Amino acid sequence: MTGRAVNNTIQTDDSPDLDWYIDRIVQVLMFIGGISAIVLIIGIFIFVTREGISFIFNDLDFAEFFASPRWRPTSEWRATYGILALIVGTASITGLAMMIAIPFSLGSAIFISEFATGKYKEYLKVLVELLAAIPSVVWGFIGLTIMNPLIIQIFNVPVGLNVLNAGLILGLMAAPIITSIAEDALKAVPDGFREAAEAMGATKWQVIYKVVLPAAKNGLLGAVLLGVGRGFGETMAVLMASGHAINLPENIFDSVRALTATIAAELGETAVGSVHYQSLFTIGIFLFLITFMINLTADLVVRGVKKG
Amino acid sequence: MKKFLAALAVVVGAMSLPLSGEARVMIQNKGSDTLVNVAQAWAEEYINIKSNVAVAVTGGGSGTGIAALINGTVDLANASRSIKDKEVKLAQKRGIEPVQHIVGYDALAVFIHKNNPVKSFSLQKLAEVYGEDGEINRWNQLGIEIPGCQSNKMILVSRQNNSGTYAYFRKAVLGKKRDYKLGTRDMHGSKDVVDLVEHTPCAIGYSGLAYATEHLKMACISSKEGEKCVNPSVASASDGSYPIARPLFMYTNGQPKGEIKAYLDWILSDVGQCIIKAKGYAPVRAVDCK
Repeated sequence: MTGRAVNNTIQTDDSPDLDWYIDRIVQVLMFIGGISAIVLIIGIFIFVTREGISFIFNDLDFAEFFASPRWRPTSEWRATYGILALIVGTASITGLAMMIAIPFSLGSAIFISEFATGKYKEYLKVLVELLAAIPSVVWGFIGLTIMNPLIIQIFNVPVGLNVLNAGLILGLMAAPIITSIAEDALKAVPDGFREAAEAMGATKWQVIYKVVLPAAKNGLLGAVLLGVGRGFGETMAVLMASGHAINLPENIFDSVRALTATIAAELGETAVGSVHYQSLFTIGIFLFLITFMINLTADLVVRGVKKG
Repeated sequence: MKKFLAALAVVVGAMSLPLSGEARVMIQNKGSDTLVNVAQAWAEEYINIKSNVAVAVTGGGSGTGIAALINGTVDLANASRSIKDKEVKLAQKRGIEPVQHIVGYDALAVFIHKNNPVKSFSLQKLAEVYGEDGEINRWNQLGIEIPGCQSNKMILVSRQNNSGTYAYFRKAVLGKKRDYKLGTRDMHGSKDVVDLVEHTPCAIGYSGLAYATEHLKMACISSKEGEKCVNPSVASASDGSYPIARPLFMYTNGQPKGEIKAYLDWILSDVGQCIIKAKGYAPVRAVDCK
C-alpha cells in the first residue's frame, strides 16, 4: 500500500492512472518470478516423493537399503535393493574430485584476485568461466576415450574406467565453479585490510595468508561446499568415466558406480510404477536430501561472513 | 456434439474413399529395441510390395510391446524374450489371446580382446566367470596369459540390469537361481560393450552377434565341459547348434488373419528372412540370399 501513499503526496488527484497500473502489474510479475523458484523446488520434491513413497512404506528394508552393496532390482528369484556400493561410489569419486579441485581452484582464485592485474585478470576470469561451460557429456567422452587408455598405460592397471578417471574429470568440472565463487569471496574482503597489513610491513604472501584468507574463510568454505554439491549431482560424466560397476572400491583403480548414474542408466527402460521404478525414485529422494543439505549449509556459511 | 462427430466422420470417409480406391490398412507394430531396426526394414520393404498396407513401427522394449498388445493398441508386438505367465494371465483377463511367432534368432557372442589366446568356453565355465560366488576371477586360472594384462584380473563387461540381453544371458548361462557377480561393468548398450572389450586386454563381454567387429575375438561356446564347441554365426544360430542363441518373437492377438497374416507370412518368406539376415541376425531356416 506504500505505492498509493507515494501517489497521494505527489498527485492531488486520487484516481489511479496508467503508471499506477503498470506499477501494480510489474510488482505482481516480479512476485511470481521471485517465488517461482520456491514453487518449482517444492513441486519437484512432491513429484519425486510421490513416485517413490510407496516403495518407502511397502518394500523398503532400511538395513538392506543402506548397508547392503547388492543392487539387483531385476533379479529373477530374489530382488535386492542395497545402495551402499552406490553411496560409497559417489562419495569416493566426489572425495577424490575435491582433493584435486580444491588446491587448484583456491590457488587460481588467489592468483586471479590478488596477483593478476588489468587485462590479464579479465582474460583469466573469462577462461575459467569458459571451462565451466563445457557440457558434462563432453567431459565424459574425454574420460572414456582419452583417459581410459592413458590410465591403463601409465599405471598398468586392467581397466581405466575407475575412481581415478571419474575423480579427475569431476575435479576439473568442479574447479571453475569453486574458483569463481572463491574469487568473489576474496574480492569481498575490503581493500583497507590489505592496505593496513602492507602498511605494517607485511609481504604479499603474509597479507594473503594472515589477513585475506582468514577474512574470506566462510566464503571459501561455501565455495568448496558448492563444489561438493556439484560433485554429488553430476551424472553423465560420472556414468561414462567410472566404469559403472557395483563395487566397494579398495583403491582408486577400482571401477565404481554412482547414485546419479544408476538412475540415469536404468530409469528409461523400467516399467512405470514397478518396484524397480519406485526404488530409483527413492534414490532420487535420498540424493535430493543430500544435495539440499549441502547447498543449505553452503548458503548459511556464506551468509555468516556477510553478517560478521 | 456426437451428431457433429458422426457427420464429420462421414464427410472424412467420403473424401478419402475416391482417393485410395481400395481400403488402406494400418498395422501397428511395437516392442523390442533389438528387433526395431529389422522391423523397420521389413516395414519399409513391404510398402513396395503392398502399397495399401502401411506398417507403423515403434521401439520401447519387449515389455512395452507386450503391454501394448495386452492393452489392445497394437496388432503385432516384437519381443526378444518370450511372454511371461503373468502377462498371459493379464491378457486373458482382457480377452486377448497372445500367439507367439518366431521370426528369427539372435546369437549372443562372448567377446574377448584380440590378444586373448582363449579359444573356447563351456557354459559352466562362463557361469563361474559371471555368476555370483563363481570361482574363476583371474585369467591364469584358465592357464593363460594375455599380453597387456599383467594383473590377470578378469574385467567382466555386462549390460544394465533391465536390458533383454542381460536377462537372457543370465537365464541361459547362470540359470534361474543365480545372479551376476557384483562388480561387473554394466554398459548402456551393446556397442559400448564392444568398445570397452576392444580397448581392454583383460576384458570379457557379451552381446548380440550383430555388434561384432574385426577388432575383437569371439569365443567358441560348448554347452558342456568337454563337448565340442560351436562358433557363433548366423548359420549355427538358425540350426540351433549354438548354445546361447535366443529366438526373436512377434506376438499377435489370436491366430493372425487377413493383412496381418499376409504380413507375417511375408516376413517368414525367403525375402523377409533375407532382410533379417542382412541386419546380422539369424533367419529361422537356411535361406539363399543373393
